[in-house]
Amino acid sequence: MTKQNKTMSLNFGPQHPAAHGVLRLILELDGEIVEKIDPHIGLLHRGTEKLIEHKTYTQALPYFDRLDYVAPMNQEHAFALAIEKLLNIEVPIRGQYIRVLFCEIGRILSHLLNVTTQALDVGALTPSLWGFEERETLMTFYERVSGSRLHANYFRPGGVHKDLPRGLSDDILSFCETFPKVINDLETLLTDNRIFKQRNVNIGIVTKQEALEHSFSGVMLRGSGVPWDLRRSQPYECYSDLSFKIPIGKNGDCYDRYLCRIEEMRESVKIMKECLKKMPTGPVKSIDGKITPPKREDIKNSMEALIHHFKLFSEGFRVPKGEIYTAVEAPKGEFGVYLISDGSNKPYKCKIRAPGFSHLQAMDYLLKGHMLADVPAVLGSLDIVFGEVDR
Amino acid sequence: MSITVEDLERTVNSGLTTVVKTSTIVFGQLVIEINIEDLYSSILYLKTNNKSKFKQLVDITAVDYPENEKRFKIVYLLLSHENNLRIIININIDEKTVLPSITKIFPSANWMEREVFDMYGINFKDHPDLRRILTDYGFKGFPLRKDFPLTGHTEVRYSESKKKVISEPVKLEQEYRKFDAVSPWEGTKYIKEDLDKNKNKEKND
Repeated sequence: MTKQNKTMSLNFGPQHPAAHGVLRLILELDGEIVEKIDPHIGLLHRGTEKLIEHKTYTQALPYFDRLDYVAPMNQEHAFALAIEKLLNIEVPIRGQYIRVLFCEIGRILSHLLNVTTQALDVGALTPSLWGFEERETLMTFYERVSGSRLHANYFRPGGVHKDLPRGLSDDILSFCETFPKVINDLETLLTDNRIFKQRNVNIGIVTKQEALEHSFSGVMLRGSGVPWDLRRSQPYECYSDLSFKIPIGKNGDCYDRYLCRIEEMRESVKIMKECLKKMPTGPVKSIDGKITPPKREDIKNSMEALIHHFKLFSEGFRVPKGEIYTAVEAPKGEFGVYLISDGSNKPYKCKIRAPGFSHLQAMDYLLKGHMLADVPAVLGSLDIVFGEVDR
Repeated sequence: MSITVEDLERTVNSGLTTVVKTSTIVFGQLVIEINIEDLYSSILYLKTNNKSKFKQLVDITAVDYPENEKRFKIVYLLLSHENNLRIIININIDEKTVLPSITKIFPSANWMEREVFDMYGINFKDHPDLRRILTDYGFKGFPLRKDFPLTGHTEVRYSESKKKVISEPVKLEQEYRKFDAVSPWEGTKYIKEDLDKNKNKEKND
């Protein structure tokens, strides 16, 4: 009998605990070596971009919470910034600080989920239990400020919906004091852990050049040693007034990306503290009554405020003609919104540029020649959330 | 040494003299319009040229203007890390035109082009694997075209008799309601004018 070299096809997902959602992979295996990967995405496709074209700007905003539902406010931010630039309005300083504060909370939310589930994928259960406890605290902050834990709808064009409720800033500050200890605890479990290192060091290496060619952004790019962070290089809001470091990896493997995320969480805590310290008093949203809704008490007393309120929530506001691409440094990378306005109250076109889309695309190139068991490890370090990949 | 967006505009215009149809700077980003024949060479030029250095492709998308003869506007977004600049490349094409694929220049263009194909039905020449990407297996139509209805054409449900998921034409219990709330309620100009007036007053005082 002659031995035949035959590859085997294996279907992975869409219902698989290590698939991080509804990912379906068609793997071609030679023994345990991966020869080819064909990711099938779109199982969570909801037609967000089409829906946005049929909604007013105000109504379209909540769709952004549903993209990367792990860090919802960062997504809203990109859309709000795009509208603000087209409208040529400015956000008051306090509004900017609140936005940055909650963006960094979103970054911690996302990195906590990713780091701990990456550990879960390679066999460590405890970090996720510890991490999720902290995520719960952070989501309580979301709830206190916006009324909901996940789908916040808090960043509105012109500012944020409401000022921080009483006592919230103290509670966030006390979280900032205790949270670094949790990061240290997580690190004692993972950073020097032999199994964790065996599963992650030198796995899924991306070189600088390849990271650029494959349109990587965020940690995927920084893990490979490219010093690029939109918060620093193209600062938006008040990021230019804040001091923070940008951690950069050296080897571009899964382990370096893990280390980057851990360091970024520490930096986020610093940014949050600085925000709370520097935050001035004042309005949190633009005073322009044609863009932002009036206060509740004004509606009771002023006819004009009542009309504004009615018109804003029925017709919405109109955005001048134009096209714009704005991007923010979301936890997963460059999250961009390409918006075209035709001068009406609805966007003519809104393309959402999700970082996970390009990252997932590189699966085939990242995993060629790796073992089957490395698939979930690399997938974990890519930080994929299907809400944003499938849109 | 990084360059400003104005320098970039000059570089691009001199490097691609015959190619650039229009170039403008909008919100600090250079927007150029080119012809489809020059697409491949211009993107290659922008990537490899040692002044512009657009090493990263950010996204590819299309916009549908059904009333135009050249109905689609294809948009390429490029980013240069070294110069910290972005460029938007626009190309107008009609429905039947086949675009050259740029997967050889940027491997990441693969899925982006597949998405444009899926959503708008625009074909790409020399693409290694032009399949639908986001829509369901066996989906028909191009959802982001303006003439595609928001509800779609088919809906799926589990059929108890056939014991499987089947797809049928959409049946709406209620007509789709489209509210046209547009009124002569204009934008925000007068507040801006008032603010400017106040500023001028302060200056004069």
